[in-house]
Amino acid sequence: MQHSLAAAVLAAGVLILPMPAKAHNVWLLPSSTVLAKAETITVDAAVSNDLFFFNHVPLALDNLHILGPDGQRLPAERPHRGKLRSVFDLSVAQPGTYRLAVINRGVFASYKLKGENKRWRGAPEALAREIPAEATELLVTESLGRVETWVTLGKPSVPPPAAQGLELRPVTHPNDLVSGESARFALLLDGQPASGVEVSAIRGGTRYRDRPEEMTATTDARGEFAFTWPQPGMYWLEASAKDGKVSVPAAKERRLMYTVTLEVMPQ
Amino acid sequence: MSISSSKKILGAVLVATLAQQAAAAELAVQLEIPRLNVAEYHRPYVAVWLEGERKDAHNLAVWYDLKMKDGEGSKWLKDLRQWWRRSGRDLSFPVDGMTSATRAPGRHRLVFSGADAALSRLPAGNYQLVIEIVREVGGREVLTQPLAWPPKEAARFQLQGREELGAVVVDVKP
Repeated sequence: MQHSLAAAVLAAGVLILPMPAKAHNVWLLPSSTVLAKAETITVDAAVSNDLFFFNHVPLALDNLHILGPDGQRLPAERPHRGKLRSVFDLSVAQPGTYRLAVINRGVFASYKLKGENKRWRGAPEALAREIPAEATELLVTESLGRVETWVTLGKPSVPPPAAQGLELRPVTHPNDLVSGESARFALLLDGQPASGVEVSAIRGGTRYRDRPEEMTATTDARGEFAFTWPQPGMYWLEASAKDGKVSVPAAKERRLMYTVTLEVMPQ
Repeated sequence: MSISSSKKILGAVLVATLAQQAAAAELAVQLEIPRLNVAEYHRPYVAVWLEGERKDAHNLAVWYDLKMKDGEGSKWLKDLRQWWRRSGRDLSFPVDGMTSATRAPGRHRLVFSGADAALSRLPAGNYQLVIEIVREVGGREVLTQPLAWPPKEAARFQLQGREELGAVVVDVKP
Protein backbone atom coordinates (compact mmCIF):
# COMPACT_ATOMS: atom_id res chain seq x y z
CA MET A 1 0.00 0.00 0.00
CA GLN A 2 2.71 2.41 1.02
CA HIS A 3 4.60 1.70 -2.18
CA SER A 4 1.65 1.83 -4.54
CA LEU A 5 0.47 5.05 -2.97
CA ALA A 6 3.97 6.44 -3.39
CA ALA A 7 3.95 5.50 -7.05
CA ALA A 8 0.55 7.08 -7.54
CA VAL A 9 1.61 10.27 -5.80
CA LEU A 10 4.78 10.55 -7.79
CA ALA A 11 2.89 9.97 -11.00
CA ALA A 12 -0.13 12.06 -10.08
CA GLY A 13 -2.07 13.00 -13.13
CA VAL A 14 -1.29 9.72 -14.81
CA LEU A 15 -2.54 6.83 -12.76
CA ILE A 16 -6.22 6.22 -12.48
CA LEU A 17 -7.65 5.02 -9.19
CA PRO A 18 -8.08 2.41 -7.86
CA MET A 19 -4.40 2.25 -7.31
CA PRO A 20 -2.48 -0.62 -8.81
CA ALA A 21 -1.76 -3.51 -6.52
CA LYS A 22 1.88 -3.73 -7.61
CA ALA A 23 4.46 -1.06 -6.93
CA HIS A 24 5.40 1.00 -9.90
CA ASN A 25 8.62 2.79 -10.58
CA VAL A 26 8.44 6.44 -11.54
CA TRP A 27 11.45 7.89 -13.25
CA LEU A 28 13.25 10.33 -15.49
CA LEU A 29 15.96 8.77 -17.64
CA PRO A 30 18.43 11.18 -19.27
CA SER A 31 20.42 10.22 -22.37
CA SER A 32 23.59 11.50 -20.66
CA THR A 33 24.38 12.74 -17.17
CA VAL A 34 27.98 13.88 -17.69
CA LEU A 35 28.75 16.23 -20.57
CA ALA A 36 31.99 17.74 -21.80
CA LYS A 37 30.52 20.17 -24.29
CA ALA A 38 27.25 22.08 -24.63
CA GLU A 39 24.75 19.75 -26.29
CA THR A 40 21.15 18.64 -26.27
CA ILE A 41 20.08 15.70 -24.16
CA THR A 42 16.86 13.72 -24.37
CA VAL A 43 14.98 12.53 -21.30
CA ASP A 44 12.40 9.74 -21.05
CA ALA A 45 9.77 10.03 -18.33
CA ALA A 46 7.65 7.04 -17.41
CA VAL A 47 5.90 4.97 -14.79
CA SER A 48 6.88 1.38 -15.28
CA ASN A 49 7.06 -2.09 -13.85
CA ASP A 50 10.73 -2.58 -14.70
CA LEU A 51 13.64 -0.18 -14.46
CA PHE A 52 14.16 1.56 -16.86
CA PHE A 53 11.75 0.16 -19.44
CA PHE A 54 8.80 2.24 -20.53
CA ASN A 55 6.13 -0.44 -20.38
CA HIS A 56 3.23 0.99 -18.42
CA VAL A 57 2.18 4.64 -18.67
CA PRO A 58 3.89 7.96 -19.44
CA LEU A 59 4.83 10.35 -16.64
CA ALA A 60 2.98 13.64 -17.11
CA LEU A 61 5.32 16.57 -17.70
CA ASP A 62 2.92 19.32 -16.60
CA ASN A 63 4.85 19.80 -13.37
CA LEU A 64 8.33 19.51 -14.81
CA HIS A 65 10.77 21.99 -13.26
CA ILE A 66 14.19 22.26 -14.84
CA LEU A 67 16.68 24.46 -13.05
CA GLY A 68 19.94 25.45 -14.71
CA PRO A 69 23.22 25.98 -12.84
CA ASP A 70 22.34 29.69 -12.47
CA GLY A 71 19.11 28.75 -10.70
CA GLN A 72 16.92 29.93 -13.59
CA ARG A 73 14.02 27.77 -14.72
CA LEU A 74 14.39 26.37 -18.22
CA PRO A 75 11.78 25.06 -20.64
CA ALA A 76 11.58 21.47 -21.82
CA GLU A 77 12.02 21.34 -25.58
CA ARG A 78 10.02 19.22 -28.03
CA PRO A 79 7.89 17.56 -25.33
CA HIS A 80 5.98 14.51 -26.46
CA ARG A 81 3.56 12.29 -24.65
CA GLY A 82 3.24 8.82 -26.07
CA LYS A 83 1.26 5.83 -24.98
CA LEU A 84 4.06 4.44 -22.85
CA ARG A 85 6.37 7.32 -22.09
CA SER A 86 6.84 11.06 -22.20
CA VAL A 87 9.95 12.51 -23.81
CA PHE A 88 11.57 15.94 -23.84
CA ASP A 89 14.83 17.51 -24.92
CA LEU A 90 16.98 19.93 -22.98
CA SER A 91 19.74 22.18 -24.29
CA VAL A 92 22.53 21.90 -21.77
CA ALA A 93 24.60 24.99 -22.41
CA GLN A 94 25.84 26.39 -19.10
CA PRO A 95 28.70 24.78 -17.21
CA GLY A 96 27.50 23.28 -13.96
CA THR A 97 24.70 21.09 -12.69
CA TYR A 98 21.12 20.96 -13.92
CA ARG A 99 18.36 19.64 -11.74
CA LEU A 100 15.37 18.13 -13.54
CA ALA A 101 12.32 17.43 -11.40
CA VAL A 102 8.68 16.52 -11.79
CA ILE A 103 7.03 17.89 -8.65
CA ASN A 104 3.56 16.63 -7.94
CA ARG A 105 1.36 18.01 -5.19
CA GLY A 106 -2.03 16.61 -4.53
CA VAL A 107 -4.64 15.43 -2.13
CA PHE A 108 -5.99 11.94 -1.60
CA ALA A 109 -9.29 11.36 0.07
CA SER A 110 -11.24 8.32 1.11
CA TYR A 111 -14.83 8.49 2.33
CA LYS A 112 -18.12 6.66 2.55
CA LEU A 113 -21.14 7.60 0.53
CA LYS A 114 -24.41 5.73 1.11
CA GLY A 115 -22.45 2.91 2.71
CA GLU A 116 -20.02 2.62 -0.19
CA ASN A 117 -16.26 3.20 0.07
CA LYS A 118 -15.01 5.93 -2.27
CA ARG A 119 -11.62 7.28 -3.12
CA TRP A 120 -10.67 10.54 -4.69
CA ARG A 121 -7.47 12.21 -5.83
CA GLY A 122 -6.97 15.72 -7.13
CA ALA A 123 -5.85 19.26 -6.54
CA PRO A 124 -6.36 20.72 -3.04
CA GLU A 125 -8.69 23.46 -4.34
CA ALA A 126 -11.00 20.86 -5.94
CA LEU A 127 -11.47 18.93 -2.71
CA ALA A 128 -14.48 20.86 -1.34
CA ARG A 129 -16.12 20.98 -4.75
CA GLU A 130 -15.78 17.35 -5.71
CA ILE A 131 -16.42 15.49 -2.48
CA PRO A 132 -20.13 15.37 -1.74
CA ALA A 133 -21.23 17.17 1.42
CA GLU A 134 -23.00 14.05 2.68
CA ALA A 135 -19.78 12.00 2.60
CA THR A 136 -18.86 10.39 5.92
CA GLU A 137 -15.63 9.04 7.38
CA LEU A 138 -13.72 11.51 5.20
CA LEU A 139 -9.96 11.02 5.46
CA VAL A 140 -7.80 13.48 3.59
CA THR A 141 -4.09 13.03 2.96
CA GLU A 142 -1.85 15.61 1.37
CA SER A 143 0.99 14.47 -0.87
CA LEU A 144 4.16 15.96 -2.26
CA GLY A 145 6.35 13.95 -4.59
CA ARG A 146 9.54 14.81 -6.44
CA VAL A 147 10.93 12.71 -9.31
CA GLU A 148 14.42 13.85 -10.23
CA THR A 149 17.58 13.42 -12.18
CA TRP A 150 20.76 15.51 -12.27
CA VAL A 151 22.92 16.37 -15.27
CA THR A 152 26.28 18.18 -15.34
CA LEU A 153 28.20 19.99 -18.04
CA GLY A 154 31.88 20.33 -17.08
CA LYS A 155 32.55 20.89 -13.40
CA PRO A 156 29.72 19.81 -11.08
CA SER A 157 28.01 22.49 -9.01
CA VAL A 158 25.60 22.12 -6.12
CA PRO A 159 22.15 23.63 -6.61
CA PRO A 160 20.53 25.09 -3.49
CA PRO A 161 17.86 22.89 -1.88
CA ALA A 162 14.27 23.44 -2.92
CA ALA A 163 13.47 23.20 0.82
CA GLN A 164 10.06 21.71 0.13
CA GLY A 165 9.31 18.07 0.70
CA LEU A 166 11.91 15.32 0.47
CA GLU A 167 15.04 15.87 -1.58
CA LEU A 168 18.68 14.91 -1.94
CA ARG A 169 21.60 17.05 -0.80
CA PRO A 170 24.95 16.01 -2.26
CA VAL A 171 27.85 15.06 -0.06
CA THR A 172 29.19 13.08 -3.00
CA HIS A 173 28.01 14.81 -6.15
CA PRO A 174 25.30 12.82 -8.01
CA ASN A 175 27.24 13.24 -11.26
CA ASP A 176 30.49 11.93 -9.77
CA LEU A 177 29.59 8.32 -9.06
CA VAL A 178 31.85 5.40 -9.84
CA SER A 179 31.33 1.67 -9.42
CA GLY A 180 33.05 0.22 -6.36
CA GLU A 181 33.17 3.60 -4.62
CA SER A 182 30.98 4.73 -1.78
CA ALA A 183 28.72 7.71 -2.34
CA ARG A 184 27.22 9.72 0.50
CA PHE A 185 24.18 11.95 0.33
CA ALA A 186 21.84 13.61 2.77
CA LEU A 187 18.09 13.47 2.64
CA LEU A 188 16.34 16.73 3.46
CA LEU A 189 12.75 17.28 4.49
CA ASP A 190 11.64 20.86 3.96
CA GLY A 191 15.33 21.78 3.82
CA GLN A 192 16.21 20.12 7.16
CA PRO A 193 18.08 16.82 7.61
CA ALA A 194 15.62 13.91 7.59
CA SER A 195 16.85 11.20 9.96
CA GLY A 196 15.63 7.63 10.26
CA VAL A 197 14.29 7.46 6.71
CA GLU A 198 14.84 4.34 4.66
CA VAL A 199 16.30 4.89 1.21
CA SER A 200 16.37 2.15 -1.40
CA ALA A 201 18.48 1.88 -4.52
CA ILE A 202 17.86 -0.43 -7.47
CA ARG A 203 20.03 -0.74 -10.55
CA GLY A 204 18.33 -0.62 -13.94
CA GLY A 205 17.89 -3.71 -16.08
CA THR A 206 15.55 -5.45 -13.63
CA ARG A 207 13.76 -7.11 -16.55
CA TYR A 208 16.78 -9.32 -17.11
CA ARG A 209 17.31 -10.65 -13.62
CA ASP A 210 15.25 -12.65 -11.16
CA ARG A 211 15.83 -10.42 -8.15
CA PRO A 212 15.67 -6.64 -7.99
CA GLU A 213 18.95 -6.63 -5.96
CA GLU A 214 17.64 -3.71 -3.98
CA MET A 215 20.02 -2.00 -1.57
CA THR A 216 18.68 -0.14 1.45
CA ALA A 217 20.13 2.37 3.88
CA THR A 218 18.67 4.41 6.70
CA THR A 219 19.52 8.06 7.13
CA ASP A 220 21.52 8.90 10.28
CA ALA A 221 21.09 11.80 12.70
CA ARG A 222 22.47 14.19 10.09
CA GLY A 223 20.09 12.82 7.48
CA GLU A 224 22.99 11.14 5.69
CA PHE A 225 23.18 7.75 4.04
CA ALA A 226 25.68 5.99 1.81
CA PHE A 227 25.72 3.35 -0.89
CA THR A 228 28.63 1.52 -2.45
CA TRP A 229 27.71 0.83 -6.05
CA PRO A 230 28.31 -2.84 -6.87
CA GLN A 231 28.44 -2.20 -10.60
CA PRO A 232 28.07 0.59 -13.13
CA GLY A 233 24.67 1.51 -14.51
CA MET A 234 21.66 3.71 -13.99
CA TYR A 235 20.29 3.46 -10.44
CA TRP A 236 16.93 4.46 -9.08
CA LEU A 237 16.80 5.79 -5.52
CA GLU A 238 13.59 6.10 -3.62
CA ALA A 239 12.58 7.40 -0.21
CA SER A 240 9.27 8.20 1.40
CA ALA A 241 8.14 9.74 4.66
CA LYS A 242 5.04 11.11 6.32
CA ASP A 243 4.34 13.83 8.82
CA GLY A 244 1.62 16.16 10.01
CA LYS A 245 2.86 19.35 8.39
CA VAL A 246 -0.13 19.79 6.14
CA SER A 247 -0.95 22.89 4.14
CA VAL A 248 -4.44 21.67 3.22
CA PRO A 249 -6.62 22.29 6.31
CA ALA A 250 -8.76 19.19 5.78
CA ALA A 251 -5.73 16.91 5.63
CA LYS A 252 -4.54 14.97 8.65
CA GLU A 253 -1.31 13.71 7.21
CA ARG A 254 1.29 14.61 4.62
CA ARG A 255 2.95 11.91 2.51
CA LEU A 256 6.30 12.72 0.98
CA MET A 257 8.04 10.87 -1.80
CA TYR A 258 11.35 11.29 -3.55
CA THR A 259 13.04 9.43 -6.37
CA VAL A 260 16.18 10.20 -8.32
CA THR A 261 17.87 8.50 -11.26
CA LEU A 262 21.65 8.39 -10.88
CA GLU A 263 24.29 7.17 -13.28
CA VAL A 264 27.22 5.18 -11.93
CA MET A 265 30.22 5.01 -14.23
CA PRO A 266 32.66 2.11 -14.55
CA GLN A 267 36.04 2.43 -12.81
CA MET B 1 79.23 34.54 9.46
CA SER B 2 76.80 33.05 11.99
CA ILE B 3 75.89 29.38 11.95
CA SER B 4 72.26 30.10 11.19
CA SER B 5 73.00 32.24 8.15
CA SER B 6 75.42 29.64 6.79
CA LYS B 7 72.67 27.07 7.24
CA LYS B 8 70.33 29.31 5.27
CA ILE B 9 72.84 29.61 2.46
CA LEU B 10 73.40 25.89 2.48
CA GLY B 11 69.63 25.41 2.36
CA ALA B 12 69.29 27.84 -0.54
CA VAL B 13 72.09 26.10 -2.44
CA LEU B 14 70.44 22.75 -1.81
CA VAL B 15 67.06 23.99 -3.07
CA ALA B 16 68.68 25.56 -6.13
CA THR B 17 70.54 22.32 -6.83
CA LEU B 18 67.39 20.26 -6.50
CA ALA B 19 65.55 22.64 -8.80
CA GLN B 20 68.36 22.40 -11.32
CA GLN B 21 68.29 18.64 -11.08
CA ALA B 22 64.56 18.56 -11.60
CA ALA B 23 64.85 20.90 -14.59
CA ALA B 24 67.41 18.64 -16.23
CA ALA B 25 65.31 15.53 -15.59
CA GLU B 26 63.35 13.92 -18.37
CA LEU B 27 60.26 11.76 -18.67
CA ALA B 28 59.68 10.00 -21.98
CA VAL B 29 56.60 7.96 -22.81
CA GLN B 30 56.50 5.86 -25.94
CA LEU B 31 53.13 4.40 -26.65
CA GLU B 32 51.88 2.20 -29.40
CA ILE B 33 48.43 2.61 -30.88
CA PRO B 34 47.70 -0.76 -32.48
CA ARG B 35 46.22 -1.00 -35.94
CA LEU B 36 42.81 -2.59 -35.49
CA ASN B 37 40.82 -4.48 -38.05
CA VAL B 38 37.39 -3.04 -37.31
CA ALA B 39 34.53 -1.89 -39.52
CA GLU B 40 34.45 1.63 -38.09
CA TYR B 41 37.72 3.07 -36.87
CA HIS B 42 38.23 6.38 -35.14
CA ARG B 43 41.58 7.48 -33.80
CA PRO B 44 41.62 7.17 -30.02
CA TYR B 45 41.48 9.96 -27.47
CA VAL B 46 44.45 9.74 -25.11
CA ALA B 47 45.28 11.39 -21.79
CA VAL B 48 48.65 11.14 -20.06
CA TRP B 49 49.08 12.57 -16.60
CA LEU B 50 50.89 12.20 -13.29
CA GLU B 51 48.69 11.55 -10.30
CA GLY B 52 49.90 12.42 -6.83
CA GLU B 53 49.07 10.63 -3.60
CA ARG B 54 46.17 12.99 -2.96
CA LYS B 55 44.76 12.18 -6.43
CA ASP B 56 46.06 15.53 -7.64
CA ALA B 57 46.38 15.42 -11.42
CA HIS B 58 49.25 16.98 -13.35
CA ASN B 59 48.42 16.83 -17.02
CA LEU B 60 51.10 16.02 -19.58
CA ALA B 61 49.20 15.46 -22.81
CA VAL B 62 45.68 15.02 -24.13
CA TRP B 63 44.91 14.03 -27.70
CA TYR B 64 41.45 14.62 -29.04
CA ASP B 65 39.73 15.47 -32.30
CA LEU B 66 40.63 19.11 -32.84
CA LYS B 67 39.53 19.24 -36.46
CA MET B 68 35.79 19.10 -36.02
CA LYS B 69 33.77 22.24 -36.46
CA ASP B 70 32.71 24.27 -33.41
CA GLY B 71 34.96 22.28 -31.10
CA GLU B 72 32.58 19.36 -31.50
CA GLY B 73 35.43 16.92 -30.82
CA SER B 74 35.60 18.05 -27.19
CA LYS B 75 32.21 16.37 -26.66
CA TRP B 76 33.85 12.96 -26.16
CA LEU B 77 36.56 14.10 -23.74
CA LYS B 78 34.31 12.88 -20.91
CA ASP B 79 34.85 9.33 -22.21
CA LEU B 80 38.39 9.57 -20.88
CA ARG B 81 36.44 8.92 -17.73
CA GLN B 82 39.12 8.80 -15.11
CA TRP B 83 40.96 11.82 -16.49
CA TRP B 84 37.68 13.71 -16.88
CA ARG B 85 36.93 13.22 -13.20
CA ARG B 86 40.43 14.02 -11.99
CA SER B 87 40.93 17.22 -13.94
CA GLY B 88 39.34 17.32 -17.40
CA ARG B 89 36.03 18.69 -16.22
CA ASP B 90 37.79 21.65 -14.61
CA LEU B 91 39.38 22.79 -17.87
CA SER B 92 38.23 24.51 -21.03
CA PHE B 93 39.43 23.30 -24.39
CA PRO B 94 41.77 23.41 -26.19
CA VAL B 95 44.50 23.85 -23.56
CA ASP B 96 47.62 25.49 -24.93
CA GLY B 97 50.69 23.23 -24.76
CA MET B 98 48.68 20.28 -23.44
CA THR B 99 46.01 19.28 -25.93
CA SER B 100 46.78 18.21 -29.47
CA ALA B 101 45.23 16.25 -32.32
CA THR B 102 44.56 12.51 -32.26
CA ARG B 103 47.22 10.31 -33.79
CA ALA B 104 47.22 7.43 -36.22
CA PRO B 105 48.10 3.85 -35.33
CA GLY B 106 51.83 3.42 -34.77
CA ARG B 107 54.45 4.30 -32.14
CA HIS B 108 54.43 7.77 -30.67
CA ARG B 109 57.01 9.24 -28.34
CA LEU B 110 56.26 12.02 -25.89
CA VAL B 111 59.18 13.67 -24.13
CA PHE B 112 58.73 15.98 -21.16
CA SER B 113 61.57 17.92 -19.67
CA GLY B 114 61.69 18.89 -16.03
CA ALA B 115 61.78 22.49 -17.24
CA ASP B 116 58.41 22.10 -19.01
CA ALA B 117 55.45 23.85 -17.46
CA ALA B 118 53.80 20.57 -16.44
CA LEU B 119 56.81 19.26 -14.51
CA SER B 120 58.63 22.35 -13.32
CA ARG B 121 56.07 23.10 -10.60
CA LEU B 122 55.61 19.48 -9.59
CA PRO B 123 56.47 18.91 -5.92
CA ALA B 124 58.99 16.10 -5.40
CA GLY B 125 57.20 12.88 -4.49
CA ASN B 126 55.69 9.61 -5.56
CA TYR B 127 53.35 9.62 -8.51
CA GLN B 128 51.40 7.31 -10.75
CA LEU B 129 51.91 7.90 -14.41
CA VAL B 130 48.47 7.28 -15.90
CA ILE B 131 47.74 6.64 -19.57
CA GLU B 132 44.07 6.48 -20.47
CA ILE B 133 42.90 5.72 -23.99
CA VAL B 134 39.39 5.53 -25.40
CA ARG B 135 38.11 5.03 -28.91
CA GLU B 136 34.72 6.01 -30.30
CA VAL B 137 32.66 2.83 -30.90
CA GLY B 138 35.64 1.00 -29.43
CA GLY B 139 37.09 0.21 -26.04
CA ARG B 140 38.86 1.96 -23.23
CA GLU B 141 42.03 1.11 -21.36
CA VAL B 142 44.00 2.58 -18.46
CA LEU B 143 47.63 1.77 -17.70
CA THR B 144 49.50 3.05 -14.67
CA GLN B 145 53.15 3.09 -13.65
CA PRO B 146 54.35 4.27 -10.25
CA LEU B 147 57.38 6.54 -10.37
CA ALA B 148 59.18 9.10 -8.21
CA TRP B 149 59.68 12.63 -9.50
CA PRO B 150 62.29 13.94 -9.87
CA PRO B 151 64.02 10.62 -10.60
CA LYS B 152 67.19 9.82 -8.67
CA GLU B 153 68.48 7.50 -11.36
CA ALA B 154 67.62 6.51 -14.89
CA ALA B 155 65.01 3.80 -15.18
CA ARG B 156 62.92 2.13 -17.86
CA PHE B 157 59.44 0.70 -17.30
CA GLN B 158 57.72 -1.50 -19.86
CA LEU B 159 53.96 -1.87 -19.88
CA GLN B 160 51.72 -3.80 -22.18
CA GLY B 161 48.19 -2.80 -23.16
CA ARG B 162 45.57 -5.37 -24.11
CA GLU B 163 43.55 -4.03 -27.03
CA GLU B 164 43.51 -0.27 -27.32
CA LEU B 165 47.16 0.15 -26.35
CA GLY B 166 50.15 -1.87 -27.47
CA ALA B 167 53.57 -1.67 -25.85
CA VAL B 168 54.29 1.33 -23.65
CA VAL B 169 57.84 2.24 -22.66
CA VAL B 170 58.45 4.83 -19.97
CA ASP B 171 61.94 6.24 -19.49
CA VAL B 172 62.96 8.54 -16.69
CA LYS B 173 66.38 10.09 -16.24
CA PRO B 174 67.69 12.57 -13.72
